[in-house]
Amino acid sequence: MVYLLLILFLGGGLAWLSERWHPQAPRWVALGAVSFALLYLAVAVMRLPAEHFSLLPAATQPDTWLAHTRLEWIPRFGIRFELALDGLSLTLVALTLLLGLIALSSSWSEIDQHSGFFQANLLWSLTGVVGVFMALDLFLFFVFYEVMLVPMYLLIAIWGHEGRAYASMKFFIFTQASGLLMLVSIVVLAYQHAQVSGSYSFSYFDLLGSPLDSSLGFWVMLGFFLAFTVKLPGFPFHTWLPDAHTQAPTAGSVLLAGILLKTGAYGLLRFTIPLFPEASLEFAPIAMALGAAGIIYGAVLAFAQSDFKRLVAYSSVSHMGFVLLGLYAWNSIAVQGAIVQMVAHGLSTAALFMVAGSLQQRMHTRDMSRMGGLWLNAPRMGACALFFTMASLGLPGLGNFVAEFLVLLGLFQVAPRVAVVAALGLVTGAIYSLIMLQRSFQGPGDPERAVPDYGGREMATMLLMIALLIWLGVYPQALLDLTQPTVDSLLSEAGS
Amino acid sequence: MKDLLWLIPALPLASATLLILGGRLMSPRIVAALGVGSVGAAAICVLLTVLQWQGAPLESQLWTWMQVGELSAGVSFYVDGLTLVMLSVITGVGFLIHLYSAEFMAGDESYARYFAYLNLFVTAMLTLVMADNLLLLFFGWEGVGACSYLLIGFWHFDAANGAAARKAFIVTRAGDAAMALGLFLLFAEFGTLDIQAMSAAAGERWEVGNPTAVLATALLLGGAVGKSAQLPLHTWLPDAMAGPTPVSALIHAATMVTAGVYLVARTHELFLLAPPTLLAVAIIGLLTLLLAAFAALCQHDIKRILAWSTISQIGYMFLGLGVGAWGASVFHLMTHAFFKALLFLAAGAIIHCLHHEHDIRNMGGLRTRLPLVFISFLIGAAALSALPLTSGFYSKDLIVLAAFEAPVAGPWLWAGAVLGAFLTALYSFRLVFVVFFGRTNTLPDRQPGPGMATPLAVLCAFALVGGWLGVPVSNVFPEAETGHAALWVEVISIGVPLLGLGLAWLLFLGRGLDAGDLVASPPGQALYGFWHAGWRVDGLYDWLWVKPYMGLAALLRSEPVDRLYGAVVGLCRLLHRALSNSQTGRLRQYGTVMVVGVIVLLNIVWRAAG
Repeated sequence: MVYLLLILFLGGGLAWLSERWHPQAPRWVALGAVSFALLYLAVAVMRLPAEHFSLLPAATQPDTWLAHTRLEWIPRFGIRFELALDGLSLTLVALTLLLGLIALSSSWSEIDQHSGFFQANLLWSLTGVVGVFMALDLFLFFVFYEVMLVPMYLLIAIWGHEGRAYASMKFFIFTQASGLLMLVSIVVLAYQHAQVSGSYSFSYFDLLGSPLDSSLGFWVMLGFFLAFTVKLPGFPFHTWLPDAHTQAPTAGSVLLAGILLKTGAYGLLRFTIPLFPEASLEFAPIAMALGAAGIIYGAVLAFAQSDFKRLVAYSSVSHMGFVLLGLYAWNSIAVQGAIVQMVAHGLSTAALFMVAGSLQQRMHTRDMSRMGGLWLNAPRMGACALFFTMASLGLPGLGNFVAEFLVLLGLFQVAPRVAVVAALGLVTGAIYSLIMLQRSFQGPGDPERAVPDYGGREMATMLLMIALLIWLGVYPQALLDLTQPTVDSLLSEAGS
Repeated sequence: MKDLLWLIPALPLASATLLILGGRLMSPRIVAALGVGSVGAAAICVLLTVLQWQGAPLESQLWTWMQVGELSAGVSFYVDGLTLVMLSVITGVGFLIHLYSAEFMAGDESYARYFAYLNLFVTAMLTLVMADNLLLLFFGWEGVGACSYLLIGFWHFDAANGAAARKAFIVTRAGDAAMALGLFLLFAEFGTLDIQAMSAAAGERWEVGNPTAVLATALLLGGAVGKSAQLPLHTWLPDAMAGPTPVSALIHAATMVTAGVYLVARTHELFLLAPPTLLAVAIIGLLTLLLAAFAALCQHDIKRILAWSTISQIGYMFLGLGVGAWGASVFHLMTHAFFKALLFLAAGAIIHCLHHEHDIRNMGGLRTRLPLVFISFLIGAAALSALPLTSGFYSKDLIVLAAFEAPVAGPWLWAGAVLGAFLTALYSFRLVFVVFFGRTNTLPDRQPGPGMATPLAVLCAFALVGGWLGVPVSNVFPEAETGHAALWVEVISIGVPLLGLGLAWLLFLGRGLDAGDLVASPPGQALYGFWHAGWRVDGLYDWLWVKPYMGLAALLRSEPVDRLYGAVVGLCRLLHRALSNSQTGRLRQYGTVMVVGVIVLLNIVWRAAG
């Protein structure tokens, strides 16, 4: 696992340096690094015995995890370099690397200035995300959480569009401020643990089930919750997202929507709820209300947009509402739904951002009032947009349906009223998705307009995502089986 | 045959996949062969299944779709008599319509896309009726909705078609959301979505009239009225006529819109435990069939007349379901598929031969110009009006008589159904007389070719004698109590369509009465306009749903939540300005502030110590 991080980190450095050698070299170096990391992961997973995947990853037994590494780092405070991998982490790491490839493909011809530094930032951001999904020492987790943030800030601030300064600043301040709350919470948690046990530790395994005064527990939980909900983003902490997404270069949007948002969901699932089960239970009605509000609010605002990218950004707010609902419903079906949503949304939204990016590159606008009838000029792009629109509105047979269905089904068992409100999202989701398609690709068009259709590289990327979404939609069982042990163990850890 | 059930949906799916991936490279001939042939092959599979069928349900599990916690749903099929009827209709009528399309759509630049969508639709519809659990059924359910959207908006370069497609999708989605909630509720009750297991468990767990049963079936009914275009979610169907005419025949007349009827029939064991919902089904059916019949009477777009008539006929099916005449409803579903597909295809032939003319006021006298189309239309209209010995007669008569014997409000339901039958004959023959008799207004520039004539001829035969085919559903539904209605009830039920035909003769062939005079009178004008606009339900919904949603979106467009954060930024800027203003460079001022600060601090320390 350390090698995985090193490959990405060093690959980033190498990509930066390679620009001196040839202006096109960085993207090849980056592609090589991500591909190698993916290959490395695949081989490592392949070599694990099959029965290992059905073990429950127990907190007390590191060897029940798929992989586990523990190195001393700052022994005085009990801070260790501790990484572990279970089905959930593996899924998200694989998704990260895959979307890394897709981000590279989407920016293949888009970036022509400082391309070395661009690719370096892309890879460093990936390093941070991969680290976040594997770190099980809370201090280390926080470090990775920050590591992914800074390169992403630079990606938006340097290679973004016209309003990049405002957007990148907003992004940075929102995530940084909420990250600070998390740091305070982590320190308080570790201090409390030291008071009880006599020694400092930031290890997830030690802190799980560490007794905490209930009122203090609530505040510490809130620190974690806020940090992750800002990242998710949950209503009403989402306002950084439309700006950041709209201004980011395509690769930035792909990474941001595809995986950075998922670190918020992952944090809630891995840390917030299991570390503070009672406080979370108490807080669940509020979290669910925020989730349901986000679904409807995001959908209405998406409908109100005229900027293609902003529309997709608000649709993310709506979709992430389902994740929040699934997590706080806290039963096996709903949590699995939330996990599938993380993956499916990662793919479908990344693809829609790619479409948006290609349109911007070709037409130099994101304004849908200047589009329309593009099917005429670029039918292949139109077909891709149609497919991902259908995925985004939750058409059965595609991954997003499985996710939303499981979330709502699980949620209905614990909070039927919230489920009724959230089910409205099925209707509102259809409204904004179809309007988006109409304004960009359908309607009367101009056959003379110079909008080149997708070429081989773009089609290959799109077909890969299409295939994955269909696979997730008709045979989600493979993913469900992979993550089921983690879900079971988390559920039993925190009680249902 | 059981092991080959999967082939039935797989064949059109394979064809759709090929057409999507490689359709641009294929010649139109290959596209048509693939698109039509795959459905034909599926029809042969269905035929083989029917021939070998022993009467027992066939089951076949392909793979586990989702298994989490208690939920376990497979991609697995359950085929009994009801399913076989649906399969035969979908693949049989579907094949004929595909065949017809090959000629009708010839020369369209998106020929491959058309057949890909149409094949995908057939796949989804077949999955819907073959599913053994409600989740897979929902997959097919949403799939047909999406294909319907794609095909209504097939010519999407015209923005109006796009709007019609969106309307269809969004209105039915509202029903689908209710249906999804019904699924969640049923799962919460029984821990399974398997239809047979659920039906068995419901019989044990619920007494008749159980409130949960009523709620759950009402939610399922929400989905059914959406897909089947019944009140109050019927508004999308007349607009759905924006699609190519064969699409209207296949999706918006013969198959997809009957999905709601299928759903209620499939889950009839649940509905039987919820008499209030069942009564609601009957009332919705009755109101819809009357309302739509009046609206059909006042249209002049040939396809819109047929669309309203479809809504009305499905109303009959709902009425039948509501009064427990399950078999009769399914029977009417089948005969309706025959004669309505025939009518739509004949209408398509008229439109095809008359330079895309839709308005019946510009037609007339086509009896001699398009003889085959005339005969087809005549047979179709006769069956639609349930004239004796046609297919529609047998099925509709069963429903009307069953309505009379309904436990609640039977005679009223019967009277409504009879009034509806009268109106049906009136508007059907208005269509026949206006289009095929009288003065010739537009001359056809071509005749339907063999690709269009063959399906018409076959459907003519089915529309005539399809009533002699039975539906093998006796094992599916509970035994109906067949009492014999009084003679006068029978006579009125049979005779009323003839009265309607007679009135149409008087009104529209200028035999004594003139329809024009009636419409021109002030009350006639008002009623005509009201019914022409479909009882102005669209306007009501516009005011009730669309405008408020647009208003909400406009209100929130500027992102009010962000103002909160904007306020924080503003506060920071204010402090920043205040503090930087204090940095004046004047020593005297600094000194004063320092001394005041020291005094304040000392004061605090002193107080704390004291």
